[in-house]
Amino acid sequence: MSHAPHKGETVALFVTCLVDAMRPSVGFAAVRLLEHAGFCVEVPEGQTCCGQPAFNAGDEEDARDVARRMLDIFAPFDAVVAPSGSCAGMVRRHYPELFAGTPDEERAKALATKTFELCEFLHRHDASPLLRKWEGGPVAWHDSCSSRRELNIHEAPRALLRRIPGLELVELSDPEACCGFGGLFSVKLPEISTRMATDKAQDVRNSGATTLVGPDMGCLMNIAGRMSRLGMNIRVLHVAELLAGMTGSGIGENAA
Amino acid sequence: MSGFRDRARTALADPLLQKALRNVPRGFIAKRAKAKAALPEFEQLREEASALKAFTLDNLDTFLATFVERAQTSGAKVHFASNTEEANRIVIDILKKAGVHLVAKGKSMISEETELNTALQRAGMEMVETDLGEYIIQLRDEKPSHIVAPAIHLSRREIEPAFRQAHTELPSDRQLVEKEDFVAEARSILREKFRTADAGITGANLLIAETGSTVLVTNEGNGDLSSTLPRIHVVLASIEKVVPTLEDATTILRLLARSATGQEITSYTSFFTGPRRPGDVDGPEEMHIVLLDNGRSEILAGPFSDILKCIRCGACLNHCPVFGAVGGHAYGGVYPGPMGEVLAPALHGIGKVSDIVDACTMCGRCAEVCPMGIPLPSLIRRWRMEAFRQAQVSPVQRLGLKVWAWLARHPHLYALAMRIAMPLLKFALRWKELLRRIPGLSAWMAERELPPPQGRTFTAMWKAARRKRP
Repeated sequence: MSHAPHKGETVALFVTCLVDAMRPSVGFAAVRLLEHAGFCVEVPEGQTCCGQPAFNAGDEEDARDVARRMLDIFAPFDAVVAPSGSCAGMVRRHYPELFAGTPDEERAKALATKTFELCEFLHRHDASPLLRKWEGGPVAWHDSCSSRRELNIHEAPRALLRRIPGLELVELSDPEACCGFGGLFSVKLPEISTRMATDKAQDVRNSGATTLVGPDMGCLMNIAGRMSRLGMNIRVLHVAELLAGMTGSGIGENAA
Repeated sequence: MSGFRDRARTALADPLLQKALRNVPRGFIAKRAKAKAALPEFEQLREEASALKAFTLDNLDTFLATFVERAQTSGAKVHFASNTEEANRIVIDILKKAGVHLVAKGKSMISEETELNTALQRAGMEMVETDLGEYIIQLRDEKPSHIVAPAIHLSRREIEPAFRQAHTELPSDRQLVEKEDFVAEARSILREKFRTADAGITGANLLIAETGSTVLVTNEGNGDLSSTLPRIHVVLASIEKVVPTLEDATTILRLLARSATGQEITSYTSFFTGPRRPGDVDGPEEMHIVLLDNGRSEILAGPFSDILKCIRCGACLNHCPVFGAVGGHAYGGVYPGPMGEVLAPALHGIGKVSDIVDACTMCGRCAEVCPMGIPLPSLIRRWRMEAFRQAQVSPVQRLGLKVWAWLARHPHLYALAMRIAMPLLKFALRWKELLRRIPGLSAWMAERELPPPQGRTFTAMWKAARRKRP
């Protein structure tokens, strides 16, 4: 990977729209982890969204217009890191396709090769978690589909979590199953979406885990939302928060 | 006409269907995984098969011409049908000319596509499905819900009344509980049909250009009985089933059963090359091959041509979480699941089936297991783009996307909007009943909570923190 920066160099954080709006603590956790790993972190201004909602809804034109801004914003950096497999997957796997045959094709390819999901990036640079001790009970890991299948990330988050002393990592019985989020799918076909979320929630409960962590806010909000409706008392955190030791309150717990 | 969402709701509320759906696909998934693990060259085979099929499709006219010529040399009669009506008419003409009264039929998805059964019925012919699953749904007057396992949506408890009602010649106090009871009963009834049928109709999994043979895989042997016992054998197949050589056919066969049922090979793999020759102990007097186009030539020339690589193994259905939740009937057509979401709009036009392309979370599991390497989610997304272009998307969704995209291109306004909206949302979540009346939020909140935002946005907090730093 020619673009992989070395320690001491600057990486750009792509905050992602869900983290920005719903859970800024994930962004701060990502900054801390990257700084702890020896990188300088910049958060370029003017970030909004990667364009995935429009892309998956079939609105190619708007997706491209939104995505083009990303090409501008992140052009000056050697590496871009996102606390989301879904958004990083959009940039790496779909931008080259989205811009194929346009004047921006090369810029899209360039951004694709230097964009990383957070766990993947930390693991690649042998970064260590900030959390020194975990006494919160067994932790289950949820692979987001985009992280697992678009980016082929499997070992990185597990290896990072195992480095936290005291943390017992448990596997779900069907780790490859989608949680039912799917972006707009969750509101277009909510009955199927919640049914899939129920299956996932039950899988987590049956695993004996008391905490669930994953790489994507979309999945986590979906699973956490379904768990609280089902009355399951399982803490849901973004993996960045756990790794950074920012485990205050889980997703859905900070209810007003 | 009800849409996908309505049919999906019905399916989710049907406890018997849910029970059937929960048990079976899990078996398929585990068996396929085991079969794949036992074959180290599986991935390599996949690539080979995908490349060979791509090559064949690129030269389909040549290989199809060779197939026709060789099949004719073997004594088979080959017919071309450009659409489903023509296919049915050709089949019925063949059967009428030969004075056929009873037809034994093997499982064929192409016959589902042409709705041959209805056409035969209208023509006054008796037709009996001989694949157990197809036989069951014929008795229940249903459509298949899965391209490999047509009656997968049914439990034995639901099949029992259909058998008792149809087989009145059997003692009414007989036991119909175990799987074996049903198989034995169907076999006894069907044997008689095989013996007395004047014609057999089967599908084909492959057409081999090199030899002019048609290939059929089954696990019940019903295809062989349907094709070798009656006087007339009609093969109904679509044009993209052709492969260049016998060797190529075996490449695909090695993937087919493993991907479908996790078997190394199906119980029966039959090659049919022409009718009975002098000296043959059995076989039909006439063999007809009806080749259906039905829009495939057009698909071949367009952006969805990869779907013509499909070998109908059903792996994408078995691994699709949406299919697993609602079953095949919810898709409202012949081809369900991921492959159906790509093929059905190609066959019928996106305007008629635009809602089924929404039945996908883009989880990508289908593409991962597809033995032919078809990029199913990308093709489904491409259909969404087509639907969007043709204004098959609801005006509300369209407007929403446009507003969102406009905001996303104006970062200052976007940041301001989020900075105002998030604390408001956090506050408003105290009155969930109120929020549940807002479109979008209502769909989310019907059966799950909306985790409240933390309040301030990252952008705002980051800016404030930067300002404090010297």
